[in-house]
Amino acid sequence: MIDRRTFCKKSMLLVGGLALPLAAFELFDPRKLLADKSDPAKERWVFLVDTEKCVGCGYCVHACKVENEIPYEANVTRTWVERYVVTKDGKSHIDSPKGGRDGFTAGRIEIGEGKHEEIRGEDVNKAFFVPKLCNQCENPPCVQVCPVGATYATADGVVLVDRKWCIGCGYCIMGCPYGVRFFHPVYHVAEKCNFCYHRITKGMKTACVDACAFDARRIGNINDPADPVTRIIVTERVSILKEEYGTKPQVYYLGLSKEVK
Amino acid sequence: MKNHVWRPLYVALAIVLLILTARLFLVPEDFGVHERGYMYGWYRKGNEAEWRAVKVKYRTAAYCKECHAKEYDAIKGSPHSRIMCENCHGPALDHPDDPPTLTIDRHRSLCARCHALLPYKTSGRSDIRGINIETHHPEAECVLCHWPHNPKAEGKSL
Repeated sequence: MIDRRTFCKKSMLLVGGLALPLAAFELFDPRKLLADKSDPAKERWVFLVDTEKCVGCGYCVHACKVENEIPYEANVTRTWVERYVVTKDGKSHIDSPKGGRDGFTAGRIEIGEGKHEEIRGEDVNKAFFVPKLCNQCENPPCVQVCPVGATYATADGVVLVDRKWCIGCGYCIMGCPYGVRFFHPVYHVAEKCNFCYHRITKGMKTACVDACAFDARRIGNINDPADPVTRIIVTERVSILKEEYGTKPQVYYLGLSKEVK
Repeated sequence: MKNHVWRPLYVALAIVLLILTARLFLVPEDFGVHERGYMYGWYRKGNEAEWRAVKVKYRTAAYCKECHAKEYDAIKGSPHSRIMCENCHGPALDHPDDPPTLTIDRHRSLCARCHALLPYKTSGRSDIRGINIETHHPEAECVLCHWPHNPKAEGKSL
């Protein structure tokens, strides 16, 4: 039989014990604390696309395919250029033949299966070009769905694919809301734009940025307040694609129109 | 407890041990949780270096001008100043060692990328002088009349 004194003592002890959070038992590691506090990543790569400046020459797509060894004739590409032609009847005509690899040299719009639609110049209300590439999201859904840890985000914010680790299940290709991923025709693993990781880590710009003669594409480091790209992103009116997905894309657009999805 | 209960348990334990040992050898040491945490940073660290080691093919104008300063200066003073040399001359790679010569693309389609006339008043394209590529001397290479390094100057035979 338990007496009152012991009962009170034991229940106080129990209540006190339950109130202790698990974190109270964690031992602090000074090195870890220091690392958390004093090491915000030096670089966070971001991209800026100015759709007002793009003329649809497609040199960026051409350079990307060569630089990153994406088979030239295969109809896959890490970056592509979309053409939007909005006609007076309110219809949007959108195409991107071969990802815009050979530029846009004719007014007709590709409508698939080798067919084209002629559009007369006087019917055009507005027309513009929108370059697309991997958004290197802060919350990349493609990384979350990878079952084997083959795709990941680096400390400087680029999402990479480990070709040796990828099992080719294709979850990430389905998971990307922007459709930037595809199967590499040679390696048969997931492939995507990685901001030319081999170039930006050497202080160079991406191949598409170097190939662009119109300043429509720019790469910068958002953690550097003096970076001209950062200046534009923080001071001007920029938009991102599919904000509602919560992926926090890091490719910013100037002059985006409502027709662009 | 009786032996027939323990025996399968030993087998199960042996299998678990086998898997753990195999894992020890098969999973590289640098595979694990890195900077971005478990959700976005669970990967093989060595792969970052593999991507960094990809060969740079487009060396940019800064590389070209080391030897071709004359051509570099010519194009920098022209309306074509912003066009990267390698867009027309092809990626430099390790030129002049490998390849010793670059293949210049003189095809009309190259110029047409910007200069084919498109009726897009709202696009930057309309700021560029355009031609109808089907009717504007379709038989000739553009460089016969227009010198690409300085389109304001007259073309010269190559």
